[in-house]
Amino acid sequence: MTCSRRDFLKDAVGGTLATVMPLSAFTFLSHSEARAAVQESKVRWAFLVDTNKCVGCGLCVKACKNENEIPYDAEVTRTWVERYVVTKDGNTHIDSPMGGRDGFTSMEVDGEEIDPDNIEKAFFVPKLCNQCDNPACVQVCPVGATYQTNDGVVLVDRDWCIGCGYCIMACPYGVRFFHPVHKVADKCNFCYHRISKGMEPACVECCAFGARRIANLKDPDDPVTKIIMTERVAVLKDEYGTKPHVFYLGLDANVR
Amino acid sequence: MPNDIIVHGIEWTAKELFVYPNEYIYWSIQIVMYPYMTGLVAGAFVLSSLYHVFGLKQLKEIAQFSLVFSLALLPVAALPLLLHLQQPTRAMEPLLTPHFTSAIAAFGIVFTAYALIVLSEIWFVYRKYFVEQVHALRDKPGISNGMNRLVYQALTIGAYDVSDDAIRVDKKAARVLAAIGIPVACFLHGYAGFIFGSVKANALWMSPLMPVIFIMSAVVSGIALCMLTYIVIREWQAFRSRRHGGMLKAKEIKGAEQGVIDTAARYLLGFLVAAISLELLDLIFRGYTAMKSWDILRSVMYGKDFMNIFVLQYTLGNLVPFVLLILPGRTLKRTILALLLVLFGVFMMRWNVVIGGQAFSLSFSGYMHYEIPIIPHSLETFKEGLFGALTVISVPFILFWIINKFVPSLQREASGE
Repeated sequence: MTCSRRDFLKDAVGGTLATVMPLSAFTFLSHSEARAAVQESKVRWAFLVDTNKCVGCGLCVKACKNENEIPYDAEVTRTWVERYVVTKDGNTHIDSPMGGRDGFTSMEVDGEEIDPDNIEKAFFVPKLCNQCDNPACVQVCPVGATYQTNDGVVLVDRDWCIGCGYCIMACPYGVRFFHPVHKVADKCNFCYHRISKGMEPACVECCAFGARRIANLKDPDDPVTKIIMTERVAVLKDEYGTKPHVFYLGLDANVR
Repeated sequence: MPNDIIVHGIEWTAKELFVYPNEYIYWSIQIVMYPYMTGLVAGAFVLSSLYHVFGLKQLKEIAQFSLVFSLALLPVAALPLLLHLQQPTRAMEPLLTPHFTSAIAAFGIVFTAYALIVLSEIWFVYRKYFVEQVHALRDKPGISNGMNRLVYQALTIGAYDVSDDAIRVDKKAARVLAAIGIPVACFLHGYAGFIFGSVKANALWMSPLMPVIFIMSAVVSGIALCMLTYIVIREWQAFRSRRHGGMLKAKEIKGAEQGVIDTAARYLLGFLVAAISLELLDLIFRGYTAMKSWDILRSVMYGKDFMNIFVLQYTLGNLVPFVLLILPGRTLKRTILALLLVLFGVFMMRWNVVIGGQAFSLSFSGYMHYEIPIIPHSLETFKEGLFGALTVISVPFILFWIINKFVPSLQREASGE
């Protein structure tokens, strides 16, 4: 077979076009787009934390540890409460001993005694998994053991997680850890076993002050959804582009 | 707390100021070893390719050795990952159900592809030798000779044709494989850099320069290790032939060694300059743009980790060996010292990336210190401690010793070229 330079160039251009053109049909779908394409859910779980109401009693942490079988004295937790004490010199003191499980009874913040007269403001901030719409943890899991359900909650498959820790590294919020008994990645899932049965998450149910509430964003009549939609809410660390779904009322600029 | 419930990371993490409750040094010494060993593999292969692809004749001797050595290093690139997994029995899952949005998912595929390239290149280079051994061992008595012959027979995979034509094809195949191998080796390692560089949650890691920095320092460390091992083996051979009265042969060995080392050192310097430039660019850029994370990064770099970064890595690991290598009148002892320092410097770079990246809390309000477990008291403190790292370092030398028994990478006559 002979092939002139002209033929070669012709075939090369034709071949390239034939390969490239169909590729242009592919597009990058976001998680939610991909999910929507498969099956649109009637539920999108979200969370509302009212920091004005939190008193730092730590009942939520206790309830969570018991409900989700996270060893009580192990220094890891699915949810925790942070205490912020801003002093008059402009410094911010933060602590969360045992995740705030036993409340905040000491005037000492991280080993430093704070003079009550010197406090400008002080408040508590509960933290939990943000069930991001664009979850970094799901993106980096090498085996697909952590995944997003079509109602927005990110779950971990304990039978498939290899324990590489990449998801723990990828989460900007530090909500993930290795379960000390199961030796796999673990994190808050809004008590998925409860919310999918019509109950509230353990931390929500036990919060005596209404600081924690769960919402279905797809239900416009949901009272908590109404608050999220109509009031001025904030999210944590939106600069990472993870689209977090835990909304905060009264979030202070000092909160990390 | 009962003994059986130990939080992963708590034994070697010391927290300071405010750190989120779940934060620990989850990626410890084994994850320092992973890019370090992968880098050595990639570097060793690139060095061997300088001869096989670009025909740098001066590097022929070290090229044969590097090729075989990179094979010995190869399993050790995966070993730290295996040791680090919380569920090591599930290590094959990334191959079974790869989740391709994850940088780690491709590891098995890239790694296997690379292993196949190295193995087949070695086969093409040494096939003639295997065939010769099969013939040479035919009439020799003894069980060990019989066993050896069996191994060589297996190694030929039934290809006994050693005519000139066949050897020419072998050479061409080796060259093509070496050429394909360079991008694959770079990919294998650049992608180790991508694993870190793409973690947006980590202020220190996230940088598009990370893969390139990793490749450059990989080549530096790979060349350095190959040169060092090569010098040690050559010196040993010269010493042995001197002892057996072969002064002339000893001199010949030393002469050949000097030439090889001079050339390899030049390439080492080039890659070293590239690696340092990129790292400094990254540092300057972070300081200049001074994003939100810069305050805490600065306090780690110029405060807590100053010793590790600027004294041990940049000065002792980069600047000193650079001067040692570039000053005229370089002796063998000085070269060895420089090479050891280069290897140490690259190790410190990996350390400062992996451990340094976890030295500060995601809250930017606290610090974590890695207290490396020295004396292990459990499997976990062994794996993620000093002895786990030493195990990983020693394996390639043991493997090389075994492989070199059948593929004599240090005999000039053995390769089919």
